[in-house]
Amino acid sequence: MDNMKLKLRIWRQGGKFPKGQFVNYDLDGVNDHMSFLEMLDVLNEKLINKKEDPIAFEHDCREGICGTCSLVINGYPHGPMQQTTACQLHMRNFRDGDTITIEPWRSRAFPIVKDLVVNRDSFDRIIQAGGFISVDTGQAQDGNAIPIEKDQASHAFDAATCIGCGACVAACPNASAMLFVGAKVSHLAQVPQGKVEAETRVQRMVAQHDAEGFGRCSNITACEAECPKGISVEHIARLNRQYIGSTLGSEKVAN
Amino acid sequence: MATSTAKRTVSRVGWFGKFLTSSIGQKIIMSLTGLFLITFLVVHLIGNLQLILGNDDGYAFNSYAYFMTNNPVIKTTSYLLYAFIILHAIQGLLLWSQNRKARGDQKYAVKVDRTAGGSKSSIYMGSLGMVILAFIIVHMVQFWGQMHFSDSIGPFTAEGYEGAKDLYALVAATYENIGMVIFYVVAMVFIAFHLWHGFQSAFQTLGLNHKKYTPLIKAVGYVYSVLVPLGFAIIPIVMYLRHQGVL
Repeated sequence: MDNMKLKLRIWRQGGKFPKGQFVNYDLDGVNDHMSFLEMLDVLNEKLINKKEDPIAFEHDCREGICGTCSLVINGYPHGPMQQTTACQLHMRNFRDGDTITIEPWRSRAFPIVKDLVVNRDSFDRIIQAGGFISVDTGQAQDGNAIPIEKDQASHAFDAATCIGCGACVAACPNASAMLFVGAKVSHLAQVPQGKVEAETRVQRMVAQHDAEGFGRCSNITACEAECPKGISVEHIARLNRQYIGSTLGSEKVAN
Repeated sequence: MATSTAKRTVSRVGWFGKFLTSSIGQKIIMSLTGLFLITFLVVHLIGNLQLILGNDDGYAFNSYAYFMTNNPVIKTTSYLLYAFIILHAIQGLLLWSQNRKARGDQKYAVKVDRTAGGSKSSIYMGSLGMVILAFIIVHMVQFWGQMHFSDSIGPFTAEGYEGAKDLYALVAATYENIGMVIFYVVAMVFIAFHLWHGFQSAFQTLGLNHKKYTPLIKAVGYVYSVLVPLGFAIIPIVMYLRHQGVL
């Protein structure tokens, strides 16, 4: 189908809409092979041709790995299709005549920059708070020099697939970033390279998470359902274990 | 060296408070007090079943109540229980208000509730908890308050129970009222939903998520959250029906 008609209800904020509000757009000529972002490109081109302000939304790689796109589509972060980023969501998953509501991530720790663009610096500050990992510089060492059990390496890699998009926060009724922090802590704590600083890292990252104003996890698991990488809440449990172990069991006190 | 160690020790003061007030620490308070209350409910249910098991005009229940109010170990534990209920409620309200704030002023226009295994009650734990808190207050005023502060309760006249009150008569009189029976049964439904998520969530918060044990914890949690509230709900129903002469 190459002539889908859509009714779009899009959150606009900034410029003509200082307080933020939904604006309705009718869009036709949508091809069902388009990605969701390409559909927005078509709309923006039309707006620009009419000398209107195009809709601001974030995107970068458009192949599902960078974590830049951040749209809540019909209530679902990255859209109704699970384990898919908004850029990899295609219009064939919608029907001709559908009304689609598009909102930005909603969290106090992700303030809106414009329209659908939010500031996710709080995630960067959590990563910075985690600090460095000790690795040797120079020549890459032999791949088998550091033995890691296969299942553990896989589990660490599952956590490492986090692209830091913030869908977990957007999905969480408490706007908690525990899945993000859990993935980062769990990823580094399970491999020898990250174990050295693991005790301090977990305390610092949790402290930064709290300071940014994210909510508190209550194990609803909406984050896992909406995570484009399908990261499991098991990593939150590991984060909790690490945090309890580090705070009560080690001598480290993170400032 | 010695000085630097001493300096570090000073900076460590308050680490435990920081731990308890961190997001994970706050959840650990909810988890541990919740698990204590889960254990308490079993004891409370076993005791309360004396109301209907004996069919002995309250001898079993009154003697049990006499033991519970006079044994020093039980009394000490009961103060701990009151403290934990209050702590669970206050911490829960704090979390609820923090989490509302964390979303920001603008809520989503389209609301969905897809989860990866979490039940619908997980989303409404705060609201369920507030209803349950209101229930506990009414429940305490009705029985605990009257037991301690009311002179209108008759004595339990049995050998070896000097000074005991006839609490069975108080409970029986309360459950003659169909409105009270409905109130208690409905409250148990709220508690069941709260436990449906709370039981397993308490373990996840403590970091106890394990391929081998988590399915068992969840299964036990579901059975518990149905059976225990059901056990409580049966008591007023049976007592009402006995009063009506049906049973």
